[in-house]
Amino acid sequence: MSERRLTPLLLAGLVAVLLTGVAIGPFPLSLRQIAAVLSGGGDSQSATVLWNIRLPRVLAAALVGAALAAAGAAYQTAFRNPLVSPDILGVSAGAGFGAVLGILLGLPVLAIQLTGFATGLATVALVLFLSFSLRGGGQVLVMVLCGIAVGALAGAGISLVKLLADPEQQLPAITFWLMGSLAGAKRADVLAALPAILAGLLPLVLLRWRIGLLALGDDEAKMLGIEATRLRLMIIVCATLMTSAAVSMAGVVGWIGLMVPHMARLLTGSRFDRLLPAAILTGAAFMVAADTAARSIALTEVPLGILTAVIGAPVFVWLLARGSRGWAE
Amino acid sequence: MIPLLQTRGLSVGHRGRPVLSGIDLSLGPGQVLCLLGPNGAGKTTLFRTLLGLLPAVAGDVLLEGQPLAMMPRSRIACLLAHVPQSLSTPFAFRALDLVLMGAAIRLGPFARPGAAETLRATEAMETLGIAALAEEEITRLSGGQRQMVLIARALAQGARTVVMDEPTASLDFANRIRVGRAIRDLADRGTAVILSTHDPDQAATLGDRALLVGRGQVLGDGPVRGVMTAERLSALYEVPVHREALSGGGLHFRG
Repeated sequence: MSERRLTPLLLAGLVAVLLTGVAIGPFPLSLRQIAAVLSGGGDSQSATVLWNIRLPRVLAAALVGAALAAAGAAYQTAFRNPLVSPDILGVSAGAGFGAVLGILLGLPVLAIQLTGFATGLATVALVLFLSFSLRGGGQVLVMVLCGIAVGALAGAGISLVKLLADPEQQLPAITFWLMGSLAGAKRADVLAALPAILAGLLPLVLLRWRIGLLALGDDEAKMLGIEATRLRLMIIVCATLMTSAAVSMAGVVGWIGLMVPHMARLLTGSRFDRLLPAAILTGAAFMVAADTAARSIALTEVPLGILTAVIGAPVFVWLLARGSRGWAE
Repeated sequence: MIPLLQTRGLSVGHRGRPVLSGIDLSLGPGQVLCLLGPNGAGKTTLFRTLLGLLPAVAGDVLLEGQPLAMMPRSRIACLLAHVPQSLSTPFAFRALDLVLMGAAIRLGPFARPGAAETLRATEAMETLGIAALAEEEITRLSGGQRQMVLIARALAQGARTVVMDEPTASLDFANRIRVGRAIRDLADRGTAVILSTHDPDQAATLGDRALLVGRGQVLGDGPVRGVMTAERLSALYEVPVHREALSGGGLHFRG
């Protein structure tokens, strides 16, 4: 589909999903009530629900979905591998470790975000340092394997934190958070994560055509005039920033970074400059829809990570079975 | 006149250890230089050095008179294009999108290719007679078609020197002829071409000049007819080689 037709379509889809997400809940809001509150009127109860509960939550979901999908698309291009995702550099596990450590230490929410973010960045820095100092420095495969190793280390750290946590109070909180949830998303969380996500997203969006050239490999991109090593490093930093911010807000929500870029690629083809905007919009809409379902399909809220895995795994297998459209066999 | 591509006392190798030394090349507009040598002779190392992907162990590479080692990638890409032996991307770009990538040197960092770049890319594909492939996914193309797409990209890039890594290896007979014709077309437009090949007949057909490398040194450099003697090729490949003159003026080599 042409870009000029696809983007408005995806935008309209996102707005529809956002409105549905705002409307649905224990205190349902009609479209008229939503319109009234948004234009400054409405009754005080509707206004409280909308401003303090629903809107922060759907916006948090949209941000997390957009960030994870964009990070996934960027990693896939930068590593020339359609099967990588934000987990590949150990980023998710690293950020997760910092956040559960924050919960263990009883830190306030903002500080938990910061520790998650710091360990996410530290993880990727360690992975880059290791892969550049090993033989064959900076090779993609070496980097991915270092990511797996460091990610496993972070996973061990998470297990240790769970072992040390108070089983009455902290352990349930940690476990629930690790499963991925936006149940506690507040306006402050959205505002805290927004700058990091935008700071990661903006360079990717601006440089999106050049980034696509990295799919050819470093040497070929260099011969086309691209400072490939520098550009790839920048992509990794940006994508990590977004992933860490998303993980600190929503916990470990898997599959989005892997699945959404593939879904978007079916619509746009392989060009990264066309893929990225579509992945951002699709990721945001998908996450809002998944989160709305997570909090409304059962009496107790279903952790988001469970839902995304239940949807993501079959969709991914379907994509594999459907053949290699968008990427070679 | 300043040569498009020149090397002075060039030694190439890895980590300061030379594998091939004493390379003094000079290539002008419209010339095709064929690089011949047995496997492991350092052809790939020489190419990577000429492309600025590997630092020279000693000596200089000059592009249009200026040292390559001092140039940023964007400048090198203006002067020198590379046609890799094969394409290694897992993503199914359209052929036109791949050719468009040759426009990177003419676009600002935040820009995307527009009508002017698309026109230029389409023209390059038309020149090579592959305009019909524009919308095809490259992962579905044959080896020969992909090679033509990569040559079209070099044409769209507009560099005056093109380096080709075994451009006809693994191609069938018809595609070898097509790619060979495309290389001569490039030269006729004033492009300097340096290519590696394992086929002496092809070097004799396509090349104006030949560079023979083996055992760490240059065993011959000059016009094809003068350089590619039976004795030199026998010494180069360490098997007896006979040379025959063809009636049309060409050369044929056999064991």
